[in-house]
Amino acid sequence: MSATSIVPNAAPTGEWNLPSRGRVAMFSLIIGECAIFTIFVVAYIFYIGKSLYGPTPQQVLEIPVFGTICLLSSSFVIWLAERALERNKIKLFGAFWALTLALGVIFLIDTGFEWHTLIYEKGLTISTNLFGTTFYSLVGLHATHVLFGIIGLSTVLIFTLLGKVREEHCERIQVLALYWHFVDAVWVVVFTVVYILGR
Amino acid sequence: MADQTFPIGGTLDLTPPRVARKTFLEWMHEWVTTVDHKRIGLLYIWFSIIFLLVGGAEALALRIQLATPDSHFLSPDTYNRLFTMHGTTMVFLMGMPFLFGFANYIVPLQIGARDMAFPRLNAFSFWLTAFGGAMLYYSFIGGSGLYGVGNAPDVTWWAYAPLTSRAFSPGHGVDYWALSLIVTGIGTLGGAINIIATVLSMRCKGMTLLRMPLFAWLMLVVSGLLLITITPLTAAQVMLTIDRYLGGHFFDTQAGGSAVVWMHFFWIFGHPEVYVLVFPAFAIANEVIPVFSRKPIFGYPAMVAASVGIAFISLGVWAHHMFTVGMTSVDNTFFVLSTELVGVPTGIKIFNWLATMWGGKIRFKVPMLFLTAFLFQFLIAGLTGIILSIAPFDWQLHNSYFVIAHFHYMLVGSIIFAIFGGFYYWYPKVTGRMMSEKLGKWHFWLMLIGFHVTFDTMHFVGLMGMPRSIYNYDASRGWAHLNMIVSLGGAVQGIAVLIFAVNLIWSYYKGKEAGNDPWDAWTLEWSTSSPPPVYNYAVEPEVRSRRPLWDLKHPEDPDWSYE
Repeated sequence: MSATSIVPNAAPTGEWNLPSRGRVAMFSLIIGECAIFTIFVVAYIFYIGKSLYGPTPQQVLEIPVFGTICLLSSSFVIWLAERALERNKIKLFGAFWALTLALGVIFLIDTGFEWHTLIYEKGLTISTNLFGTTFYSLVGLHATHVLFGIIGLSTVLIFTLLGKVREEHCERIQVLALYWHFVDAVWVVVFTVVYILGR
Repeated sequence: MADQTFPIGGTLDLTPPRVARKTFLEWMHEWVTTVDHKRIGLLYIWFSIIFLLVGGAEALALRIQLATPDSHFLSPDTYNRLFTMHGTTMVFLMGMPFLFGFANYIVPLQIGARDMAFPRLNAFSFWLTAFGGAMLYYSFIGGSGLYGVGNAPDVTWWAYAPLTSRAFSPGHGVDYWALSLIVTGIGTLGGAINIIATVLSMRCKGMTLLRMPLFAWLMLVVSGLLLITITPLTAAQVMLTIDRYLGGHFFDTQAGGSAVVWMHFFWIFGHPEVYVLVFPAFAIANEVIPVFSRKPIFGYPAMVAASVGIAFISLGVWAHHMFTVGMTSVDNTFFVLSTELVGVPTGIKIFNWLATMWGGKIRFKVPMLFLTAFLFQFLIAGLTGIILSIAPFDWQLHNSYFVIAHFHYMLVGSIIFAIFGGFYYWYPKVTGRMMSEKLGKWHFWLMLIGFHVTFDTMHFVGLMGMPRSIYNYDASRGWAHLNMIVSLGGAVQGIAVLIFAVNLIWSYYKGKEAGNDPWDAWTLEWSTSSPPPVYNYAVEPEVRSRRPLWDLKHPEDPDWSYE
């Protein structure tokens, strides 16, 4: 074909910037996760007060103030860690990252104690009544997400301790942090629905 | 340079490869561990073809049972299992894998990329889907656990509560069903995320969103829709599993739970799912119709807007599956109106395809034949959809064979026809050989005749009052003759699909050499060799218009001078 050598150059295309695929993928995952949480939250709200027998939320639920403060402040700490890595302060990054992880773990332990009290002292299990079913599944769904976040955070922490994390990994770290921010933001919704609206 | 035949210089690395005959194990290992988007695409497509044949065989068994009144070909239990498996298979193991197969193979080629954004996630998603499919079919063996013979789920593909509760569905059939849909759902989510990241972040230089082929656009929209469509199903299946295994009460009416909530959750997934399945058909139509009409697509921006519009509206129409549940009249009215609203962007699409064909030099090759039939059948499917969206009308026809005829017009008449068209269109790119036109024409005409005999007639059986999901009926009902006709049409379609399968295999060995660009098309995938090399493009293509190959073939009148 004679036209092969002709390379069209009508207008220079100039700069060609595309969004980071990691960020796009994480935002997509978050949108999908939001839909899952929406279904569980809607189920929770719809079933508030529909249990035919006790115990009711008013009788057994206590507001997990300590855990909530830990989880929400971890979002701020992980942001400090991201900023430290951007400025290539690896040690500071490691410290903030470890603190984030610790706050997440404390939140999970706090939830564990709450569930222990509910199950063994107040007699509420997932099969006790409708409230138990919706409560454990919604809070448990969130706790599962915290757990996955902790697995991700620990992986990065191990690499940091091995000295493998450098400034160039900033973007990947930020993508993971995005997930952690999402887990925190969802807790605001779950907390409002379960401990304020539902009580 | 020896690559004079390629429109973009340097597309291929022409170093001769080291030729060595592979052993079977090496070949197997290559396919199982592959992360190449083209191979994963083909794996998806093989997976779907297998399940198309399995699901089709199930449909034929159902039709043999219904062909005559008081038939005893299948037992009632087997009948229930088969229609549950037929529905689940066709939606989750045939329709969606076809989507991902086409998207995987073609999207990176069309946007000038070397692979998907996340090749390993891609392989992971496929193998999850494959595992989910295997798990669903394993229920035939392991459905009732260690004792007795197995049983597959028999709760219909929408599995309304409380039929799915432990009391009414003992054994593990429903568990296999729920778990396999959770697993394939995660695979689907991974695939959708991958397509979105690929389309947004891997485009070659110059390919702005509004220069992207409409095929890639549709795949982007459908993946976005999948993110918020498949996840509610996963959530609902988790709830069902909690109910069945942990003694939860989500759908347990005796503890205050609600069976209607399951219906809502299921159809919040279930209705957008129809659009998830039909969007690939739109995507194929958007490529095939312009190329075979020798005209650029009419109203490109309107097509993009209509696609996004359909995806958006489809999220708010689910309860039109539930008019007979007894919702308030306000709810009914809302869902009637929102459902009818879908007709507007859909109409825009149909008119744009017609306007693309209008005045074009139409070449009625097999792909175009299928897509022409698609246009008419899709229109009729849409029209019966509007009929059914009217609540009082739906009260008359709900759960009748009219509804079955309507959605099979959509699923077979539109989606399967478009997918067949897509096969004939891209087969030369994938294998380097043309599919036989002669066998293709036999396939098309038999399929068309069989389809209309079956599903046109089915509308009338439905209007005469035959309900769906019954395994038997009395001769005095007067449905016998029409049902026999429906079943005969099904047999004709079965023959057509077998011809298609023969054509696939025969053309692979004996088909005419295709060359790189057998259809004189305009999108980037036709600029590389057939089949494309592993790396797709040795140099990154640069694009200046919606039809990059047209620009190269017609440097005297390129598209970009009009943009």
